[in-house]
Amino acid sequence: MSGHTQHIEDGLYGLMAEFETPGQLVAAARKTREAGFKNFDAYTPYPIHELDDAMDLHDNRVALFTLIAGILGCIGGFSLATWISAVAWPLNIGGRPLISVPMFIPVTFECTILLGGLTAAISMILMNGLPTPYHPVFNVERFVNASRSKFFLCIESEDPKFDRASTEGFLASLNPEEIAEVAK
Amino acid sequence: MAQPVELPDSIHVGPVIDPGHSLASVSDKVGGIVLKRRITLGWVFGLLISFAVLQNLMAGATWLFIKGVGVWGINIPVGWGFAIINFVWWIGIGHAGTLISAILLLLNQSWRNAINRFAEAMTLFAVMCAGMFPVLHTGRPWLAFWLLPYPNTMALWPQMRSPLLWDVFAVSTYLTISAVFWFVGLLPDLATLRDSSKSRAGQLIYGALSLGWRNSARHWQRYEKASLLLAGLATPLVVSVHTVVSFDFAVSLIPGWHTTIFPPYFVAGAIYSGFGMVLTLMIPVRKFYGLDDIITLRHLNNMAKVTLATGLIVAYGYILEAFFGYFSADTYERFMIWNRMFGPYAVFYWCLILCNIITPQFLWLKKVRTSPGKLWIISIIVNIGMWLERFVIVVTSLHRDFLPSSWGMYWPTIWDWAVYTGTLGLFMTLIFLFVRVLPMITIFELRMLLPGAEVKEPVAH
Repeated sequence: MSGHTQHIEDGLYGLMAEFETPGQLVAAARKTREAGFKNFDAYTPYPIHELDDAMDLHDNRVALFTLIAGILGCIGGFSLATWISAVAWPLNIGGRPLISVPMFIPVTFECTILLGGLTAAISMILMNGLPTPYHPVFNVERFVNASRSKFFLCIESEDPKFDRASTEGFLASLNPEEIAEVAK
Repeated sequence: MAQPVELPDSIHVGPVIDPGHSLASVSDKVGGIVLKRRITLGWVFGLLISFAVLQNLMAGATWLFIKGVGVWGINIPVGWGFAIINFVWWIGIGHAGTLISAILLLLNQSWRNAINRFAEAMTLFAVMCAGMFPVLHTGRPWLAFWLLPYPNTMALWPQMRSPLLWDVFAVSTYLTISAVFWFVGLLPDLATLRDSSKSRAGQLIYGALSLGWRNSARHWQRYEKASLLLAGLATPLVVSVHTVVSFDFAVSLIPGWHTTIFPPYFVAGAIYSGFGMVLTLMIPVRKFYGLDDIITLRHLNNMAKVTLATGLIVAYGYILEAFFGYFSADTYERFMIWNRMFGPYAVFYWCLILCNIITPQFLWLKKVRTSPGKLWIISIIVNIGMWLERFVIVVTSLHRDFLPSSWGMYWPTIWDWAVYTGTLGLFMTLIFLFVRVLPMITIFELRMLLPGAEVKEPVAH
């Protein structure tokens, strides 16, 4: 395979293999994990749920943060309504209760959704490390197809098991279309 | 994996996506509308007309700011005229977008993939138009921020028990969450545009907007979680928004408004009018941009069915309203229904029945549901019908309430029409710009519909 690739002497981010079908990629990702690699990633034009198992991806923190934010929004919304109506601006209208719970539900509900929804989106973006203005994977010319029609697997040089020659041999054993070196 | 259930052919009207498509071809086709397609004379013409109509809003709002709300037709007893009619109408239209993007996502309806982006854009633009009306209706829109609870030198706080304040919270949350949901959905497609753009400007703009999305599986996993959570949160939200809007009426004591059927009947009406508007916009877009292989007859058929179903709920609402009026044995309720049917605004009521109860019955026929032209005409009638419904609810209840001495009539002035048509211009301008600068179909979700997208792992050797 080395005939296809130009060797980058220093500053190698990793080795990237390109696959034609999602099935090949999922199989390759599973084998990569089973071979003991930790720092690797797959790149696909649409979410492939089989990869979550193949790569052992089970990050539930987005859901956790959303839950916490939703509960805070709920408590916050209700407290706001209560504090305004009973403390900051109490109005005695025919002796009706100042803390009129049913009337506070809409505001409480909307605050719950607002905080939960914003947190779901923002925590997903931040935990994905976005925005990322520069990333080495884009140095591979054919990588533009990751957002179109092709499937990629990149083993990163930071991985303790990474060794240029043997990793390239390992990737070649997965029958990719092409293997490319990724410059930093 | 579960075996797909064999359904008789009569259930479906063709495939969700033309079988000739591949991963690359859908990306190029949808992305190409933005990146490669030339600007056509028809588009320029449409944009110019919309932009010209938008100037009505500028003129109407300017005159309103100079003179005050007296330039509108509102007065006692009808203090809620076009502003509230159009607010409710626009916000209802928005509901189809959230229904398609959130509720159908949770229900795993894959046909939504081709239409959700467009419908969500429609939601955003419709909510923008809607939000303007209550703000203009305050009479002093530059002080509209007084509606928000914030510490101020007057030491005043908003009334948390007022449905009008609930509206502030509901509509602003709705706009925010819809925008966030829309942007999250756009991220991967903006990355596709960045990668397939040939111009430096395109790469920079779409690159910045995509936040450097790189289709990583580790990102997709969190992305799918976040999408599902947003859909789960948006589903009760969309139901709550029109419920709160209906509370504006139902919490009051005016005959015809003070009824418990309002929340569900408003939500159904919102979805009904929203699907009407999606059809009105999508049928021409599909034709002009040659998207009939992606937005297939099956989509039109399904949308027509939702329109019919929600239309029947709306019809049930009308019948029950009349029944409540009779059954309540309350003089004012009975008079209100009589006045609605035979009073000075009777023609509006009967047009509404014609538009919203009679016309949708044609959708029982498969021939109508799968004929874009006929469906388009029905969708226009649905839009008009829903606008008439808002008019009838707002005006007929207010203009003759309890005391005959305080009865009056309401007719909109030219400035009412200016602001209303102006928001139509704004809406259409935004739609015209949207179809040229952003992918109007969710490309990455379209890819998931393709037969090649399924994971078939090669047998180990």
